[in-house]
Amino acid sequence: MTDILSIDSAVKRRGKLLALDAVSLSLAPGERVALLGHNGAGKSTLMKLVLGLTRLDGGAIRIAGARPGSNAARLATAFLPEAVSFHKSLTGRDQLALFARLAGVGTAPVPGLLERVGLAEAADRRIGTYSKGMRQRLGLAQVLLGKPAVALLDEPTSGLDPISRQELYAIIDELAAQGTAVLVASHALTEVEARTDRIAILRKGRLVANDTLASLSLRAGLPTKLRIRARNGEADRIAADSGGTRVNGASVELFCAPEAKMDQLRRFASMSDAVEDIEMTPPRLEDLYRHYAQEGAQ
Amino acid sequence: MIGRILAVARCELLIVRRNRWLFLATLIMLLFALALTFAGSAPTGTLGVDRLTVAVASMTTLSVYLAPLLALMMSFDSIAGEADRGSLALLLSYPAGRGEILGGKYLAHLAALSFAMIVGFGTAGAIAGVTGGAGADSVLALLRLIGTSILLGAVFLAFGYMLSALAGSPAAAAGSSAALWLVFVVLYDLGLLGAVVVDAGGYFTQKIFPWVLAANPADAFRLWNVAASPDLALATGMAGVSGSLPAWAAPASLGFWLVAGFALARMAFRRLEP
Repeated sequence: MTDILSIDSAVKRRGKLLALDAVSLSLAPGERVALLGHNGAGKSTLMKLVLGLTRLDGGAIRIAGARPGSNAARLATAFLPEAVSFHKSLTGRDQLALFARLAGVGTAPVPGLLERVGLAEAADRRIGTYSKGMRQRLGLAQVLLGKPAVALLDEPTSGLDPISRQELYAIIDELAAQGTAVLVASHALTEVEARTDRIAILRKGRLVANDTLASLSLRAGLPTKLRIRARNGEADRIAADSGGTRVNGASVELFCAPEAKMDQLRRFASMSDAVEDIEMTPPRLEDLYRHYAQEGAQ
Repeated sequence: MIGRILAVARCELLIVRRNRWLFLATLIMLLFALALTFAGSAPTGTLGVDRLTVAVASMTTLSVYLAPLLALMMSFDSIAGEADRGSLALLLSYPAGRGEILGGKYLAHLAALSFAMIVGFGTAGAIAGVTGGAGADSVLALLRLIGTSILLGAVFLAFGYMLSALAGSPAAAAGSSAALWLVFVVLYDLGLLGAVVVDAGGYFTQKIFPWVLAANPADAFRLWNVAASPDLALATGMAGVSGSLPAWAAPASLGFWLVAGFALARMAFRRLEP
C-alpha cells in the first residue's frame, strides 16, 4: 500500500446526528489535498479522528500503518489547529522548545524554524504580545518539527496577511517536496485552487467530491463563459446568432458546455470581420464548490 | 516518558514564574505566617509552651485555609485554559500521553507550592524560634506542618485538575473550584458542628464524628498535626477529637485523597474531548 494516510468509511456520530457518514479518503506521500466544505460539514471532525482525539464509530483510519492516537501515529502526524493560541506568558522559543521536546527531536531545530517562519526577532518575546498572524506562524513552525509523514492544517491562512499566505503555501510546497502528505482544510478557495493537487469536498458529513480540479469540472459539466467583443455595431447580430446576451455596447456573453466549447471558439475565430476579441473563463473552484457543496442529495 | 513529563513541567514552571504566581503565593504565605506568629505570641505564658509551638498552632489553622486555596488557584486553569485556547488539541497531537501531561503540570505546581510553604512557614518559624525559644518537639512540629501542608496542597491540586477537566470553560472551572474550597474548608465543619450540637454528646459525637471529620482532607490535615503533638493539641483546643482516633486515621485519609484525587483527575481528563 502506498498511501500514507488512509481513511476507510469513517463514521462519527454526534448524538443522533451523523457528523461523518462513511467518508473514505487517501493521501499518498507528497500529495497536497484541499479539504473543503461549509462550517459544520465535518472537516474538523475528520482531522480530530485522524489525530485520535475522538473515537471512530465505524470504519478504519491508518496513518503510516498505525492506529490514530497511537504513539507511532502521533509521531508521524503534524497538526495546526484552527486559530490556535498559546499561553501568553511563554515566549515563542519556550513554546516551540516544548513541542520539540515532546516530539523527541531535541531543541536544536528551534532557532532555524523560528527563522523560517519569520519569528526570529520575536522569538524571545512573550506570546501575549504576538499578533494573530504571528501566533499562526508559530503554529506553523511546530508543523515543520521532525519531518512529519502527514500534516493536517485546519484553516492555516486565517488571520494571515497576503504576503504571509504566500509564504505559507511555499512552506506547504516544501513539506510536500520532502514527502509529507498535506491535508489543508480551507475556505480560501482561490488559494487552494492553485496550490493543491486534489480537491475533496465534504457536505453534511459526506464526501461528495474527491478528484483533481480538472476532472471535477469535467464531471460537473459546468459551462465555460465566453465574452466576445464585437467590431463596430455587430454585437446585436452576434447575440442573435449565438443566443448570447449583450452586456454592454460592444460585447456579448454566452455560456457553453465543455464539449461545445471548441466548436464555438472555432466559429467565432473565423468571424474575423465581426469579432475583435474573445475572452474565455473556465469554471473556477468557486463555481465547482457551489455545484458540489450545495446541490441536492445525490 | 520521563523526558516528556519534565518538558511539560519545565514549561509550567516558566509560566508560574512569569505570571508571578510563584512570587505572589510565597508572599501571601510569608505575610500571613509572620502576622500570625506575632499576633499569636501573647498566650505563651499561660499555656506553658514555647513561642514556636504557639506559632505552629496558628499556622496550622492558617494552612487549612491557604494551602487548598493556593493549590486550587494554581490548578483550575491548567486544563480548561488550554482547551479554551485551542492548544490542548495540539498538545495531545504530540506523542505525550494525557497522564504525562497531567504529571508534568502536577510536578511543576507542586514544586511551586512547596517553595511557597517552605519559605513562608520556614521564615516565620525561624523568627518565632529565635525570639521566643524552640525545643526539639516544636521544630519537629514545624517540619511536620510544612510537610503536611504540601501534602494537603497536593490533594487540592489534583481536585483542581479534575474540576478543570470537567468544566467546559476557565470561568466554570474557577467557579467550581471556589465552591469546592468553600465546601471542604468551611461548610463541612459548620455542618459537623451543627450535628454535634444537635446530638449533644451522644453516640454520633462519641463514635462517628471523629471519623467523619477525618474523612475530609482539610480536617485530616489539622488532626494529623494536632495528634502528633500534645502541646499543639493543647494550643489549638483539639485534644478531644484527636484522642479518640487511632494515629493512622489522618495520614491514611490524606494519602487516600492524594491517590483518589489524581485518579479522578486522570479519569476526567481522559473523558475530555478537545
